Amino acid sequence: MIEIRVHGRGGQGGVIASKILAYAFSIEGKSVQAFPEFGVERRGAPVTAFIRVSDKHINVRSKIYEPMHLIVLEPTLVTAIDITEGLKEGGFIIINTKRTPEEVHLKKTGSKIATVDATGIALKYRLGSSAAPIVNTAILGAFAKATGFVKIESIVTAIKKEVPIKPDENAKAAEEAFNSTIM
Amino acid sequence: MSTQKVLMGNHALSWGAVTSRVQVISAYPITPQTQVVELLSEMCTDGTLDAEFIKVESEHSAMAACIGASAAGARTFTATSAQGLALMHEMLHWAVGGRLPVVMGNINRAMAPPWTIWTEQTDSLSQRDTGWLQVYASSNQEVYDSVLMAYKIAENRKVSLPMMIVLDAFFLSHTSENVIMIDQNKADAYLPKYDPEFKLDVKNPHTFGGLTTPDWYMELRYNIQKGMDDSYQVIRDAQSEFKSVFGRDYGMVEEYKCEDADVILVGMATAASTGKESIDILRNKGVKAGLLRIRYFRPFPFEDVRRVLKNAKQILVLDRNLSPGLGGITFQEVKSAMYNEKNKPPIYGFIMGLGGRDITVESITNLFEHAKKNDPQDIIWMEVKK
Repeated sequence: MIEIRVHGRGGQGGVIASKILAYAFSIEGKSVQAFPEFGVERRGAPVTAFIRVSDKHINVRSKIYEPMHLIVLEPTLVTAIDITEGLKEGGFIIINTKRTPEEVHLKKTGSKIATVDATGIALKYRLGSSAAPIVNTAILGAFAKATGFVKIESIVTAIKKEVPIKPDENAKAAEEAFNSTIM
Repeated sequence: MSTQKVLMGNHALSWGAVTSRVQVISAYPITPQTQVVELLSEMCTDGTLDAEFIKVESEHSAMAACIGASAAGARTFTATSAQGLALMHEMLHWAVGGRLPVVMGNINRAMAPPWTIWTEQTDSLSQRDTGWLQVYASSNQEVYDSVLMAYKIAENRKVSLPMMIVLDAFFLSHTSENVIMIDQNKADAYLPKYDPEFKLDVKNPHTFGGLTTPDWYMELRYNIQKGMDDSYQVIRDAQSEFKSVFGRDYGMVEEYKCEDADVILVGMATAASTGKESIDILRNKGVKAGLLRIRYFRPFPFEDVRRVLKNAKQILVLDRNLSPGLGGITFQEVKSAMYNEKNKPPIYGFIMGLGGRDITVESITNLFEHAKKNDPQDIIWMEVKK
């Protein structure tokens, strides 16, 4: 079983990212769960979403407290909150930032860090507005590259199916992120 | 090849209504309403679904509109939650008395005050005496499949009663997961058009629910109970036909490793799904543990419950609900089911997870730990701050 936590800010598409990623895994025959933090969301406030992936039917239906992997949509969250809370060692952390993995400093050091400039890519493809670019599809390309858990083709198919606005541009953003991930 | 979607529980309900070709949907679109009817309203607008969407000013009116449409012979659907369901209470009785097979999705949410949106079963279990059939789901596949089966069961002339499909807030309603979609042609063959024995017809005028004196009221109540009695077989037939056509197997209850179990946990909904993992952990430690998930709460599956529990040495009941002054509501039903049995295993009544507090694998293994060390009690509060 793979357990992933997504960090973002309300309005960035973190919850949608969790659904697209779950859908991509389902294309490859996996059982999936994707869910938001159970509660009410506010634009701009830190939000989390969760994904479970398994080869077998997933019976567990409680929340995820100790994820193995993180996807971080918003670079400012790295210093604003402890994104590594409950994180297990040995997984991947995918961060949207212009920095290299060596330049990212986290409380815990037991994970492999990968970075990608998802904001720059989202701006290039005009996803969202220039003030609030939508980075959720780009970062999934980086997730596919860094982890190798899911094919980029499945991410692209899932984006084209699940994203109602600019599906082709979103798919290209994911591919570009896949090719520009720093590990 | 069957199509697969990744759907949240709310949308599994919506798609279930689409697959069942519902003709009239009525709903009140404000909190505590969910995305169930939001998606349906979009589908009615864009033509995906050929149905009449009636937006009303309250849940009471939503059910009233469903009752009217159902009496006119239409297949009707609505969805609600918590306070909305409570506001429908009067109309729930009307649907039963009118013998109208309205199908409704209810997202289990705790009752206010204090204001809350998280899961608990007290809202739907408070409606247990209205005469609605109730089925509790533990996955979104089950939510989706249950809608199609619900119409098949409710519209059967031996039953002719409304039915509620119940799912946990957030743990199903907002969780997206794999759902295998049903081929529409196969769905149409499984569920033919609604063909009521009686309906409102201007060419043959009569009415539903007119004044009935003591000469006949009791006979109508007798018939409602008979509809419930007969529904057991109708449910089993609907489930077995569903299995032969669509391959998925549902019972009135779900049994998990109960055959040789000494200690059996009884629960409902998603907590009982998580509980399967707890059973596996206990089995690995040598504890002969099993789990019985109640799917149908009305009609209550007395026979199945007795059959599964009669050889157990201990019965643990997990209730995510509370009837103040009594305790857990499932506990009460399980206890009464076992009263006339020769072997009466001790029964523990656990209250846990109210107001959406998470029930983890560990929470459930702890129930077995508690029962190992303590005598049975009717109300045992778990994980409560005192």
